[in-house]
Amino acid sequence: MLELDTVTAGYDRRAPVFRGASLTVAPGESVGLLGPSGCGKSTLARVAALLHRPDAGRLVLDGAEVRAWRHRAPRELRTAVGVVFQQPRTAADPRLALADLIAEPLRATGRRAEAADRVAELAPAVGLTADLLTRRPHEVSDGQLQRACLARALTLRPRWLICDEMTAMLDASTTAALVAAVETYRETTGAGLLAVGHDRVLLHRWCDRTVEWKECLPAEENP
Amino acid sequence: MNAPNASGQRLLRALDAVTAERAEDAVLSVRDLTVRFRLRGGRTVAAVTGADFDLAAGECLALVGESGCGKSVLASALLGLLPGNAETSGTALTDGIDLLAADEKTLARTVRGRRVGLVPQSPAAHLTPVRTVRSQLEETVRALTATGRRARRKAAEDAAERAAFPAGHLDRYPHELSGGLAQRAATALALIGGARLLLADEPTTGLDRDLVDRTADELRRHADDGRALLLITHDLAAAERIADRVAVMYAGRIVEIAPAHRFFGPTGPRHPYARGLLNALPEREFTPIPGMPPELSALPEGCAFAPRCPLATELCATRPAFTAGLACHHPERPRA
Repeated sequence: MLELDTVTAGYDRRAPVFRGASLTVAPGESVGLLGPSGCGKSTLARVAALLHRPDAGRLVLDGAEVRAWRHRAPRELRTAVGVVFQQPRTAADPRLALADLIAEPLRATGRRAEAADRVAELAPAVGLTADLLTRRPHEVSDGQLQRACLARALTLRPRWLICDEMTAMLDASTTAALVAAVETYRETTGAGLLAVGHDRVLLHRWCDRTVEWKECLPAEENP
Repeated sequence: MNAPNASGQRLLRALDAVTAERAEDAVLSVRDLTVRFRLRGGRTVAAVTGADFDLAAGECLALVGESGCGKSVLASALLGLLPGNAETSGTALTDGIDLLAADEKTLARTVRGRRVGLVPQSPAAHLTPVRTVRSQLEETVRALTATGRRARRKAAEDAAERAAFPAGHLDRYPHELSGGLAQRAATALALIGGARLLLADEPTTGLDRDLVDRTADELRRHADDGRALLLITHDLAAAERIADRVAVMYAGRIVEIAPAHRFFGPTGPRHPYARGLLNALPEREFTPIPGMPPELSALPEGCAFAPRCPLATELCATRPAFTAGLACHHPERPRA
């Protein structure tokens, strides 16, 4: 279970982005979180991805509360959660070839030896050809780069995947292809998914259930 | 509305005549527009090949296609904003000026902002972060027209009003604006010079659905005011909302141009790629087109879509000509 329990978070303690938000994702479940732009759903996604320390409230991962937060959660916990952001251009190191980008999490966790095999496994799963793997971000399209960013999120075989507006920049066909790649991964691993976005039609089609942003907040935060 | 009386009918006829006259003189007339990038090592990227289309006043043409298909390069070519290693051929006439042949001085002094207005993809990146919206609008007025300070202020406020940018927010900085207001501020900049051609390059990317609808409707209003609007987008819903015609681009070529009502209606597009693109929508079949677009530096001899096409045959080894709005050997027949 991935559980956010009355979480308050933001970038200024005096003026949090949201207060008391709660949301759970069961193992193997896919949850779509819908909200307008600027409501704070990306901040919530960052908390769920263990990348942003909440000001108050608890984050519980498979029954264990995440503690020892610094700016982010400890790395050994973060590897359980993969995350894909909206803008592949700002999420990818421009100096790395796509193959190195996908292998980066293994290198960062001292498992460089597995890199070649894992990249060879992941590239076809997200539809990247061998030729594309040798290129750097400026030599590929947004769609191709986002495919690599999805592969990178799957490199460490996370039990949870957070997709924050993963397809907002992409055309219809690439969107359908990336969603299919996520679903194939989830079918084989039983991973849970939190997909954050504003495209109602897409999230209804993609996810087991969808949650409106205001349903996450306590009643008094919804005047 | 009341039934038109005799004078009202005269007015309507007069309006029709004006509309017909406008349709004849296209605001933008593109013929055989081709853009090549020369790379080191002798490789050539065929970013746009043989684009042919007209755009009339009051009309919105949506140019749609997958990322990397050449849509944005086409827009840059029309503004003369291509990088130095680009080679163009063909013509793009607006108001007697060939945008592809014009020199930098002509483009800077008579085209950008004056004949062609650009509504940018990312208003946050387009606006100067350290200056207020008013100061940026007035700067643009100063650059485009020689007017005194008071007239400048008025012109800036008028442009803001035309773009539905609230006057009370004029003295704010870009970071104090929501995404929708930033988009309107950028649109106001594009409207100042009274350009008859608006190029909107992915104006709705990253906006939520309500804002997409609002931004699209506002662009449509500018077309209804007599401007020609070229909407470059991968957002098929936005195209469906406001476009009169849809041009589908694949691997640098326009493969189909169709009236929007036919394209999105029960008849549907005729090119298999266009059909695939529509079927990938979550409200339709949600199945991707298999494979990926070819490299623009290594295009096949024949139809570029053939390797991904369910209908491909040996005929497709030769490139289909673009006739009657379509380039395909095996077009889908209109559904009954």
